[in-house]
Amino acid sequence: MSQALFNALLELGDDHLILGHRVSEWCGHAPLLEEDLAMPNMALDNIGASRNLYTYAGVVEGKGRDEDQIAYLRLDREYKNCLLVERPNEDFAHTMLKQLFFAAFMEPYWQAALSSSDETVRGIAGKAVKEMAYHIRHAGEWVIRLGDGTDESAERMRAAVEEMTPYVEELFTMSEDAQACAENGILPDRKAIRLHWNQTISNIFDQALLELPEVKFPQLGGRTGHHGEEMGFLLSQLQYVQRAYPGMSW
Amino acid sequence: MSKETPLWEVFVRPRNGLSHKHCGSLHAADEVMALQAARDTYTRRGEGLSIWVVPSKSIFASDPDQTAENFDPSVDKVYRHPTFYDIPDEVGHM
Repeated sequence: MSQALFNALLELGDDHLILGHRVSEWCGHAPLLEEDLAMPNMALDNIGASRNLYTYAGVVEGKGRDEDQIAYLRLDREYKNCLLVERPNEDFAHTMLKQLFFAAFMEPYWQAALSSSDETVRGIAGKAVKEMAYHIRHAGEWVIRLGDGTDESAERMRAAVEEMTPYVEELFTMSEDAQACAENGILPDRKAIRLHWNQTISNIFDQALLELPEVKFPQLGGRTGHHGEEMGFLLSQLQYVQRAYPGMSW
Repeated sequence: MSKETPLWEVFVRPRNGLSHKHCGSLHAADEVMALQAARDTYTRRGEGLSIWVVPSKSIFASDPDQTAENFDPSVDKVYRHPTFYDIPDEVGHM
C-alpha cells in the first residue's frame, strides 16, 4: 500500500509543481501589474500544495527523501504529472484556461479528500480546497471576459479550448496506484469528479460563449512518464539550481 | 467603450469592529475583476476580512485650493472635541 500511496502522491504533487512552475513563468510578464501579483499568488498556492504532498510522500516512502530531493532530483520519465499542466503557456488565454481546467478538477477532488481515511491527506485537502475555489473564480472570470470580449480575445480563447481540451481526460484517468488508494478510502476516485467538472466548465463556458469540443483522441501518457518535448526544457530550468549546487538551500 | 482600463479605489476592513480603510488603487475592467485584483494586491499578508472597491471617478474630492476656507475655521474650536467627557472603557473604539 505504501508504494501505491507514494506514487499517487507523486501524481498529485507533480501536477501542482509543474503547473505552479508554468504559472510562475508569467512573473514579471503579466499583461497588467495587478495580474502580475495575482499569477505568482496562484503559482505559490500550487507549489505550496506540492511541497506538502512531496513531504508526505517522503514520509510514506521511508527512505529519508525530503521535498527538495523529490521535486528537483528526478529524471523526466520519473515525473507523473498529467500532460495538461506541462503544456506551454502560449498566451494569456491558454494559461487561464489551463488554470481553470485544473482547478475545476482539483476543487471537488480536495472536497472529496476532506473525508479521506488518512489524516495528513485531510489536512492537505483542507488548505488546498480554498485555494482551488479561488483559482476557479479568478481564471473563470478571465475566461468569460476573453471568450465574450473582442474579436481577437474570443478567437484566442477558442483556439485555447481547441488545443487544451484533449488533455483534460487524463485528469479523470485512474492509474493502478490511484485506484488502490481510492479502494482504501485514502484518495478520491478521479472518475467521480467528472460530473462536477462538467458543471463548473459548462456554467463558465455558457457565459464565455464557448463550447467544449468533443474529444475523439484524448492525450494521455504523463502519469506513466511519457511527457512532451517541452517538459525537458521546463525541468532544465526547474532543476538548474539543485543540479548546479547540490544540496544547497536558503 | 473607453480603451482605458478604469481605475478603482480599494478599501479593506482589517477585522470585525473596524471600518473599511482606504489602502490604494488599481486598474481593472469591471467591478468583479477589481475585487479579485484587490484581493491579490492588498490582502496577500492577511490584511483583511472584507474588501470594497469603488470606481475612482465616483469620488468627488475637495479642492486643495479651498483647503484654507474648508478646514481652517475649525482649528480654534476646541469645544467641539468630546474631551470634556470621561468615556467608559467598555465603549471601546469610538
